[in-house]
Amino acid sequence: MQKTHDHKALWLVAPALLLVAFTAVIPLMTVVNYSVQDTFGNNQFFWVGTEWYREILRSDRFHAAFLRQIMFSATILAIEIPLGLAIALSMPKKGLGVSVCLVLMALPLLIPWNVVGTIWQIFARVDIGLLGHTLNGLGIDFNYTQNAGAAWATLIIMDVWHWTSLVVLLCYAGLVAIPPAYYQAARIDGASRWAVFRYIELPKMSRVLLIAVLLRFMDSFMIYTEPFVVTGGGPGNATTFLSVDLVKMAIGQFDLGPAAAMSVIYFLIVILVSWAFYTIMTREDFEPSGGAR
Amino acid sequence: MLELKSITKHERGQAHVEGVSLSLEPGKLHILLGPTLSGKTTLMRLMAGLDRPTSGEIVMGGQTITGVPVRKRNVAMVYQQFVNYPSLSVYENIASPLRVRGAARRDIRKKVEGAAEVLGIKEFLSRRPNELSGGQQQRVALARALVKEASLVLLDEPLANLDYKLREELRTELPRIFKGSGAVIVYATSEPREAMLIGDSVTCLHEGRIASTGTARALYDHPNTLVTAKIMSDPPLNTIRIEKKGAVLKLGGSSRLHVGTHMETLADGPYEIGLRAHHLGISAPAGDGIKAVVATTEVTGSETMVHAEFMETRWVSLLHGVHALNAGDKISLNPDADKLFAFDETGALVAAPAS
Amino acid sequence: MAQIDLKNIAHSYAAAPSSEDDFALKKLDVSWKDGGAYALLGPSGCGKTTLLNIISGLLQPTQGAVLFNGADITSKPPEARNIAQVFQFPVIYDTMTVYQNLAFPLHNRKVPKREIDVRVRRLADMLELSKYLSRKARDLSADEKQKISLGRGLIREDVAAILFDEPLTVIDPQLKWSLRSQLKRLHAEFNHTMIYVTHDQTEALTFADQVIVMSEGEIVQTASPQDLFERPAHTFVGRFIGSPGMNVLPCAIDNANVVLAGHEVNIGRSVTLPSGAERIELGVRPEFVKISTDEDALPVTVEAIEDAGRYRIARLRLHDLQLAAILPDGAALPSGGTTGVSFDTENAHIYADGHLVERQA
Repeated sequence: MQKTHDHKALWLVAPALLLVAFTAVIPLMTVVNYSVQDTFGNNQFFWVGTEWYREILRSDRFHAAFLRQIMFSATILAIEIPLGLAIALSMPKKGLGVSVCLVLMALPLLIPWNVVGTIWQIFARVDIGLLGHTLNGLGIDFNYTQNAGAAWATLIIMDVWHWTSLVVLLCYAGLVAIPPAYYQAARIDGASRWAVFRYIELPKMSRVLLIAVLLRFMDSFMIYTEPFVVTGGGPGNATTFLSVDLVKMAIGQFDLGPAAAMSVIYFLIVILVSWAFYTIMTREDFEPSGGAR
Repeated sequence: MLELKSITKHERGQAHVEGVSLSLEPGKLHILLGPTLSGKTTLMRLMAGLDRPTSGEIVMGGQTITGVPVRKRNVAMVYQQFVNYPSLSVYENIASPLRVRGAARRDIRKKVEGAAEVLGIKEFLSRRPNELSGGQQQRVALARALVKEASLVLLDEPLANLDYKLREELRTELPRIFKGSGAVIVYATSEPREAMLIGDSVTCLHEGRIASTGTARALYDHPNTLVTAKIMSDPPLNTIRIEKKGAVLKLGGSSRLHVGTHMETLADGPYEIGLRAHHLGISAPAGDGIKAVVATTEVTGSETMVHAEFMETRWVSLLHGVHALNAGDKISLNPDADKLFAFDETGALVAAPAS
Repeated sequence: MAQIDLKNIAHSYAAAPSSEDDFALKKLDVSWKDGGAYALLGPSGCGKTTLLNIISGLLQPTQGAVLFNGADITSKPPEARNIAQVFQFPVIYDTMTVYQNLAFPLHNRKVPKREIDVRVRRLADMLELSKYLSRKARDLSADEKQKISLGRGLIREDVAAILFDEPLTVIDPQLKWSLRSQLKRLHAEFNHTMIYVTHDQTEALTFADQVIVMSEGEIVQTASPQDLFERPAHTFVGRFIGSPGMNVLPCAIDNANVVLAGHEVNIGRSVTLPSGAERIELGVRPEFVKISTDEDALPVTVEAIEDAGRYRIARLRLHDLQLAAILPDGAALPSGGTTGVSFDTENAHIYADGHLVERQA
């Protein structure tokens, strides 16, 4: 929409633009700069072109990390979105229960990432952790430092525990915004519970669901702190996701060039996949109506 | 004096307002009349400075203000929805434009109480807006517009969400409330009756263009086009294409009408005629009236509206008193020949009844 | 289709109603005949929507019983009541086509596909929606969407009643005309019991055979549009119905004659007041106030003339009493600041404490 020109607004936006420039654009450009050069220390750089990109894209190590990353994101989305929806649908819509539920739901979201990691690192430990010890006591071989499956399970349960609330809160906000007349009309039309969900709740919630999926995808795709704290990427490389791998490469091995190239590729993948999600979900069938007019 | 000079507003390739020129005098109530999407709200947003026209110029008191943002204009606006600050008392709601301006405390008190008095909400000053009824909430919004002493007051269907009776009450008060202020007052509505009752000057809008401008009475008696005649008629205008031949109008089929005195001088040929519902009489199917079938009847207490169909046309007749007619009854429609409007092929008025 | 009876119905939104004021709906008995067209008319907050929701089952009344064809269904949920309801704002299923929207109530009740198809197409034809059947419902305009809501109510031939909750609120005035008459026609066609809630007198009077006027949780009068207009049982009805409403003027009765602001007024009969009456008023509709130059006409000053197109409204003053008169198109305007008025004796009524004093034979 074409608005009246107002230069004051520019000044209001300026600080944010500056902040973004310093925190995002300039570091990103630096990374791009590193990704096309090689260095032998002493601040000596020379041009290598797309060498690092080709190396990264061909490396088995990158492929493996990428696959793990996709698996992880897909799994947590497949669990958190339906689970979050289900919880939101079963939450009370009025009364005292609402605030109790909302506070309970918000709790995990208030805990910092590294603390969440630490909690689960201890919780799942075989020797002193409640979960790990109990499971082993029941005869189940559960040790996330040795068993890849156990490490994955720990990370996924942790993420579900930490982030399903976000999906719940978003869905709940979408649900309570549906005018009561829709439910009344559906009852009168003799619609089943499933039909109410399928034809009223889901279409009206599609916008917030899109936001939930996007947020959860981007966040899980870039997960670092928790696996770093809990498993350190192990056992072996079983939970070495892209970000963990990237840090290993950049800080552990000090391979600045390849790490930079990998960062750029990583960045592009996140943007591309987010865009794909957005396009698919805003296609005609998914778009909610413009409201009562 | 607010002047719009060939204002056009396009949005995503669609014309919302096209070539609108208007001059609006202060101290008068100007009505923008037209159905939904005719451009009323778009035009108001342009006048307010909320949007910038695609082309054209807006002049206020001799100064061009086309690009001046709304904050720098002295504009008050009242919407169809009751817009008040929910957390502030009624007093603070009304006082808010004065506080923003940094008026003296004593001044604020005087003005707020004055406005509350005029709008009859003095006893509610310490309450919150959501404790009031819809009509009272809208009065608060109107009072806020009043104390602002704006040079331009825009009222966008302010009565549309009110109960029928409250609407009637506020409608008679509105002109009195704002006229003394010396501001340019613009009032948008989709109801011709409302336009007739409160407007000094009426601008009919149709698909983003001005269909006509004039006093309500003049537009009612002499609508320059068929479009205006339709906008200015409630119940809807009865229309049909006819062929004039000498002293008769042929309606197709065997139906004939006699030409009224005001149409005698018209050249023979095709016309579209319009007739208001209260000039259409009905009788038992006999004589030379138009043979029709009753579709439905509606009784308003003192009057009866008969919807009748003939030759794929549907007309409404408004009759005094209560008439018992059933759907399917055969009747004769008797238009008052002296009350016909005639429009040519382009829709321009060529003959109007004497008033 | 059914006869609907409300027996001793009262409703309070408070959990433990302690006084009369806690009740949104105060004890009422109503009977709706099978196939009738009814309107519930009243200002916001008069309890008309509460009453409607009790009939549809969306609300459980605090007390009383709802009977459909004599059977007590008070505790039954809406889906078990076989009623249809059209809401203020169009309720449509966004992701469905117009066809699917119309078919939905039948689909849910497992009606055979072939029968659904026949009914949907026939109804779409009547509602002039045929050309949109395969379109997504959300792409249509407000009045078309409202027709879909309406259609979902009409599609079930077995409904006991169709309830309308201010269904024309979001519709443009010009389209209101066509939707309203369409509704009337559908009523004539299907003969459903229809109950229409509105604050708009025009909608109520034009739609219904019987109008129930409500105020503050009570029924003030139930009558035909004509009776409501000609013989309002209460000054509230007189004021609420009509535009402008009835002139209600405080008066006195002296020796069975009406005295208005010091002038004796001829209303064509003598008046006997009920004993103990305190507030006496003369009620006469603006339509029945005539400009007159007779000798016994009441002297009034003309304060303003409002032009409504086909008629004008004269705002008049008789001493400190304000009254309105409707001047038909072409009627002579009262010239100058003063003129005289007289009342149509057949249509001037006396009210004692708000209630109509019946005229003696």
